[in-house]
This record gives sequence, C-alpha cells and structure tokens, in this order.
Amino acid sequence: MVDATSLRDRALAVLETVTDPEIPVLTITDLGILRDVRVRGDTVEVTITPTYSGCPAMNMITLDIETALARAGIKSSIHTILSPAWTTDWLTDAGRRKLAAYGIAPPEHTGSRRALFGEEHPACPLCGSKDTELISEFGSTACKALHRCRACREPFDAFKCH
Amino acid sequence: MTTTSITVDGSALVWHLLGRADDALVLGHRLSEWTGHAPALEEELALANIALDLIGQARAIYGYTGTLSGHTEDQLAYLRDVPAWRNSLLVELPNGDFAVTIARLLLFSAFADPLWRAATTSTDAMIAAIAAKAEKETAYHVRHAAEWLIRLGDGTAESHRRAQDALDDLWPYTGELFTIAETDAALIAGGTIADPASLRATWDATVDATLSRATLVRPEDRWMQSGGRKGQHTEHLGHLLAEMQYLQRSYPGATW
Repeated sequence: MVDATSLRDRALAVLETVTDPEIPVLTITDLGILRDVRVRGDTVEVTITPTYSGCPAMNMITLDIETALARAGIKSSIHTILSPAWTTDWLTDAGRRKLAAYGIAPPEHTGSRRALFGEEHPACPLCGSKDTELISEFGSTACKALHRCRACREPFDAFKCH
Repeated sequence: MTTTSITVDGSALVWHLLGRADDALVLGHRLSEWTGHAPALEEELALANIALDLIGQARAIYGYTGTLSGHTEDQLAYLRDVPAWRNSLLVELPNGDFAVTIARLLLFSAFADPLWRAATTSTDAMIAAIAAKAEKETAYHVRHAAEWLIRLGDGTAESHRRAQDALDDLWPYTGELFTIAETDAALIAGGTIADPASLRATWDATVDATLSRATLVRPEDRWMQSGGRKGQHTEHLGHLLAEMQYLQRSYPGATW
C-alpha cells in the first residue's frame, strides 16, 4: 500500500531537480510552470503549463519529468494545461535571482499589456547599469529579447515581460 | 505510399477552428522558409521566433479541434488535402522579397491581434485559454512588422518602392480576413467567436498609423480575392503542403 502523502513528497523532491533545458539554472518550480502534483493510485499526475505557445522546450521538459520520476521509481503521467495562462509574474523570486546571476535580465514589470509595449530598460545583469537599449525583441529563445548595455557595452539577454 | 488523406466531417466550430489554425500554421511555415536567408542575424532569429509562436498556436488549436473531430494534431496538419484547408489566401502566398514578407506579416498580425484579444472572452473555455497566450505573442508580431515596414517605407527609394509594391499586391487579399462562413453566424451569436467585422476598425487604425509613418499609400479597396475559407486555394498552397507533409506522406505514421 502506497502512502499518498509520502509519494507526493518524494515526487516533489524529484521535480525540484528538473530544469529548463534552455535555461538550465531554472527549475520548473522557479519558472512557475509546475501547476499541480497529485497522487492517483500508484501514479503521480503532474500538470505543467507552457510559457509560450510554441515553446520547443515543453516536450523536452515533459520527457525530463517522466525520466526523473521513473529513475526514482515513481510512475507518472504528465498533463499540459493552457489555462490560466502563464505570465512572467509566476517566476519565483529565487528564479529571478538565478536568472540575473546567470546573465539574463529578469522581467521587472508585471506581464501586462502596458508592460509589453512600455519602454523596457532592464538593468544590465553584468554591470548593473540601467543605461541599456533594445537590439531585438526576439532573442535566442522565444522567451528572451536581446539588449545591449551602453555602460559596459556588453550585449545580454532579457527575459520578456509576458 | 500507403498514406491516405483524412476527411473532416466536422461541426461549424471544427471548420472555424481549422481556419484559425491553418492561418497560423501556413504563415508559420512561410516565415520558417526565411531560416538561413534573412537579411541579418537578428532578423533571422525574429522570423524564426514568430514562426515558432504561430506554429505553437496552430498546435494548440489543432489539439483542441482534434478532440472535437476525432483526429490527432498531426493528422489535421499532415493528412489533409488542399480542399480541406481553410486558411485565408493571404497567408499562403509566397514570401516574395523581404518587403512582401513584412507587409503580409503586418496585414495579418493587425487582424490576428484584436482577434485573439476578443477571443480571450470566448464562452468556449479552451478558445479563451489558447487566446490568452496567443494575444501576447501576436502583439509582438504586430510591433515587429510595423517597425520594419516603417523602415522600409521611409527608407531608400528602392525599399520604399518595394514596400509600396508589396502592399499594392497584397491588398486584394485582406478582405477575406473579415469574411465569415455561413455556419459562423451561430458561433458569433453564442459568443464562441468574435465577428471579424467588429475587428475592422482596430485593423484599420493599426494599418493606417503604420502606413502613415512609413510614408506609404493605403491602396484603395477594390475587388477582394477570397476562397481560402471555402477550401478554394491558389496554386501555392499545394506546393507548400507537398513540402510540409512530405514526411508523413512518405513514411505514414512516423513519429519522433
């Protein structure tokens, strides 16, 4: 007989180790895409939500979750839900700090439409200067834009407000 | 070659959703054709990112449509023949030069932007959920296309000429965006989908503001092409599908 609470706790501990393949410093909890974990019989049901409609990392993340749980001897089924829609507000504070330390400017504002179209000047994650400019709204992945710091002249990625 | 095409025997909602998904997938495919050919690295990434957004939106809609019509997302994308596609003619036209690609992206995104915003309040929870993601992505697409069109129109004599030519050539394909199928009326009345006619003013405002800054002339509304929403397509869609569907047609059921 499986104890549902301890099975869920074990699963949560495993899920804490699953990271975003494109931003490996962030766990799926940091990102805020892990929506629900519940136990049904001997199976753990994990619900995740995509950041962007076309995020190519989702399939990989699903596979990584399954693999990590299987390695811990836990049977799982992974579901994807779209509602409520993920926004950058769901990034945890720990996640924001990890992003900055990794060299990616975290989103500053809430994921509102105004923030989306406001002038965004994220602080440079390398030197901290606020004197930065946008190079392209489309960066190396769907969730990032490319900026440049006018103070230290280094280009950097910024997580888009969404 | 043992693959057979599927036939869709769907409800009004299924056909409507296929129109939305097909618009997104076909335009996403067209934009992906720029990969390796874009004028600058940043633009290469931008077009690929926009293509990815559109293909992601298409996948979400096909996924939902499939639960209503009894198909998988892949069957809907890879096993329908030309007459079963419901995309607007605008999105299937070839990319042309960069000006055509950008002008088309603006004309389409200026429509998709208010469309998805309106869809966030759909009485259909799945449509509202898909729209909540799509509307933010589409807002970026409008802005990107508008910024480029302004640079092209207000750039050199050559870029201005090409941008105006692109606009003139594409204009007759914009009317179809605002048409509805007969079966859409009940969906509009029930609050499942927005009436595209109600999006016209927003589209006009976005397009006019951009063209004015771009020093481009808005073409006159004359004869408007249509047919895509009824499955009557230009020759270009068949060629696009031949490439896009090749793998599933040649290796039926292949999965990653």
